[in-house]
Amino acid sequence: MFSRIFKYLPFFSDAEVPYTVAARPDTGLYNAKLGIWLFLASEVMLFGGLFSAYIFLRIGAEPGYWPSGLLNVPVGTANTAVLIASSVTVVLAWAALKMRQLAKYKFYMAITILCGVFFLAVKLSYEWPAKFNHFGVFVRQSAASKYDEFLGNKHLSETGQAPRWEISGHLLDAPKGSPYADQAHHNAEHFAHETHRHDAVTEADDDYVIQLDPVNADPDSKENDRPHFLPRPLSSKLAVIKAADVESASTFAPRHSTYFATYFLITGLHGLHVLGGILVFLYLWLPIKGGTKLYQSNPEHLANRVEIAGLFWHFVDLVWIFVFPIFYLL
Amino acid sequence: MSDHQAAHGAHQNSGGAVDHSHEAEHIAAHIGAYLKVGIGLLILTGVTVALSYVDFGSRANNIIVGMIVATFKASLVAAIFMHLKGEKMTIWKFLIFTCIFAAGLFFLTYLAHTDPVSGTSHSSHS
Repeated sequence: MFSRIFKYLPFFSDAEVPYTVAARPDTGLYNAKLGIWLFLASEVMLFGGLFSAYIFLRIGAEPGYWPSGLLNVPVGTANTAVLIASSVTVVLAWAALKMRQLAKYKFYMAITILCGVFFLAVKLSYEWPAKFNHFGVFVRQSAASKYDEFLGNKHLSETGQAPRWEISGHLLDAPKGSPYADQAHHNAEHFAHETHRHDAVTEADDDYVIQLDPVNADPDSKENDRPHFLPRPLSSKLAVIKAADVESASTFAPRHSTYFATYFLITGLHGLHVLGGILVFLYLWLPIKGGTKLYQSNPEHLANRVEIAGLFWHFVDLVWIFVFPIFYLL
Repeated sequence: MSDHQAAHGAHQNSGGAVDHSHEAEHIAAHIGAYLKVGIGLLILTGVTVALSYVDFGSRANNIIVGMIVATFKASLVAAIFMHLKGEKMTIWKFLIFTCIFAAGLFFLTYLAHTDPVSGTSHSSHS
């Protein structure tokens, strides 16, 4: 049985795989077309499961525990545009092959690969690290009134808005033994250097000191009732929160909240798909046996490979079309 | 496109030389459409961002509006870039079944929300 399978694997044999170009009479499709759509159907279920978990967690979140406006919208929008542009260039690359224009194919495919790399680079070198350097403290509801100058719950309830339980910004000091002590020390030095203030590190062993996000620096302002397109810089105002009043404290990592847990899981899985797409495109772009060398012997076969990889890429783009608004905007 | 391939299915894996020029013309005619759809998607991305800052009365309404625009964008990608417009019935059948199963998956979430297992719903906030 295994020898029959190996016979059709290109790494093990030179035997020609049937229906790579011509359509199979019973399906009316070349085999890989059928295969990729079956795979994409399974991908719909994979992402569907995660999206339904997202909906469940979001609907189930108690008022004030589903944050919004924490992601960088201009950067996310730019990345969305890059992904859409790469979807256009990959379809143009396929069309160029169908018209037997190899140079054009290589050009468009190169742009597609660069777009994919750019998308991942922005995610990994900018968007995610910026979150890991941000810190949030959820205050116990029973102690929230002590911190209303940072939470603004009086203002929020008067204007009929959901309450706020989190104080966020840059951590400047953390209780002894906290896993964030090193990061806090680093931020405190930076803060003292920038502002010439040396009150960043307190004497107490059980306080969280936070350089505040604008929303916590002035929570009663109407400015903060609406989401902002452009990210705003941190204020120079500090908040000191007693460890006993803290329900949970974390960097903007998956453990921070169900919001960030779903954000990192879904964008992480999506990022892995982007990486997979880039690797396949690279394979089809390089002058190797399965890549552009195939053009000499069977250009239509290469065109079909590009179409299949392109279908996957469009699906990844399609997933992002939903990921972008639900995490960045809404 | 698949129609052409089916038409010369007898020439298995021949490199598609038969009837190729006709197909190439057919594809060249589509390139303008691909570019237009790409520009349309970019504009709709801007629209999605802009609409998220418009107050539609409640967060839920904003989410509905955002999802309508996203679904329209996704349909454009599927119909034009993924060639679903004019694709073989076999693939449409796959997708119809996928939709049914995905709807079932989301229905499970709906059940879990509206009819939770007793004793599992509690507040973790104090």
